[in-house]
Amino acid sequence: MMKHADSILQLEGIRHRYEDHFVLRIPALDIQAGEILAVVGPSGAGKSTLLRIMNFLEKPQQGRVYYHHQAYTPANLPIALRRQMTAVFQQPLLLNTSVWNNVGYGLRVRGERNGKEAIRQALKAVGLEHLARHGVHRLSGGEAQRVALARALVLDPEILFLDEPTANLDPGNVRIIETIIRQANEARGTTVVLVTHNIWQARRLAHRVALLLDGAIIEIAPVETFFQHPQDPRTAAFLTGDLIY
Amino acid sequence: MDVFLNGFRQALELILSLDPDLLEIVRLSLVVSGAALGMSAIMGLPVGIFLGLKDFPGKRLVVAVVYTGMGLPPVVVGLVVYLLLSRQGPLGEWGWLFTPKAMMLTQTILALPLIGGFTMTAVAAIPPALMLQLRSLGATRRQIVLTLLYEARAGVLAALVAGFGAIISEVGSVLIVGGNIAHKTRVLTTAIVLETRKGNFSMAIALGLILLALTFSANWFLLHLQGRLDPRA
Repeated sequence: MMKHADSILQLEGIRHRYEDHFVLRIPALDIQAGEILAVVGPSGAGKSTLLRIMNFLEKPQQGRVYYHHQAYTPANLPIALRRQMTAVFQQPLLLNTSVWNNVGYGLRVRGERNGKEAIRQALKAVGLEHLARHGVHRLSGGEAQRVALARALVLDPEILFLDEPTANLDPGNVRIIETIIRQANEARGTTVVLVTHNIWQARRLAHRVALLLDGAIIEIAPVETFFQHPQDPRTAAFLTGDLIY
Repeated sequence: MDVFLNGFRQALELILSLDPDLLEIVRLSLVVSGAALGMSAIMGLPVGIFLGLKDFPGKRLVVAVVYTGMGLPPVVVGLVVYLLLSRQGPLGEWGWLFTPKAMMLTQTILALPLIGGFTMTAVAAIPPALMLQLRSLGATRRQIVLTLLYEARAGVLAALVAGFGAIISEVGSVLIVGGNIAHKTRVLTTAIVLETRKGNFSMAIALGLILLALTFSANWFLLHLQGRLDPRA
């Protein structure tokens, strides 16, 4: 497989099925270091499965996933490499403890004892410094998702996977979270893979956009090309809302 | 009514006088049930975590066995352990019969399914996606298990409360395998049986009140711990 000089993660010959139908059929996909790639598509297109495979949380039945040009599986990915990437899911999945302890979880499992300043900065970045000592059961949905984002960002990951991070949130929280994602990408060079069914969010954040339909990537292009000059009629139909599923 | 009042008065007198025989019985009760609780926790917590997290062929049968074990009659456990440890039994050479070790063994068997079953239920209630989240945050397999155990702490503490309550108050199995021998295997429950048979009801009630106080104190401690550990409590 030909590797791009700046590629950080590659998928090759991915085929994955649940029961009798293919969920994913992706011959090749290349993630560039420092980019924000948005994967859009309707519900059930295979977006979350793709994200779990890229994050080495699920093994594809066929094909390989390369990280820094080396093929790994979830079982043989060294823990040091696993700790260079992290994910935020649609549900915040917080631990039943304080906001502070949640944000510091990843640092604690890495054995880092001097992370107080990093936790404070991460909480400040998501605007929740004042809730540090609160239990997570007292948070609103938007606050909980911001805690989940702070928990990921405090680790300063090389790749950040986001699975519908703003679904079901109000516009104010959506704006805050999008700003944080953009800042992480611009200030730290964090590579971001964003799965979303919100094409406008993809347009606001991404450098490149991929359309996933029935487990296959129909089109992948720079954001302006994707939205203004889609090459595939199904992309055009998806963007105009004429593609009904 | 006088019997109860006398029993209450006698209990206070026994406690305040620090009666050596009473202290010995209380100490042995706590040692036997404490050791059994510890042993059953060491075995039951990993079993409960495994059953709560893993799916495997025959799991339903194993879970049914665990649930059945949660209702084991103490006298039946005592009888089986008695036969195993008796001189002609397969474990007779251990020489454990009519010793505190035999009592610990029966109480461990009684508490084990309770702790395993409650822990399994508590762990199974955690969203499966949390495991993926913890992996993606860089936790090792061991760290994930410990985190899930901590997440299930309310249920785990309930398991320990249920296990301790069941064994500190049971009499059937410890009477059969311990024999209620003075200064050797006499615990609060077997002493209550003895005093009742002797017609010494005041003493029996006094011992009963002490047993209740001990159980209440242990549960209060665990509930206090639960409240400290769980922000929602």
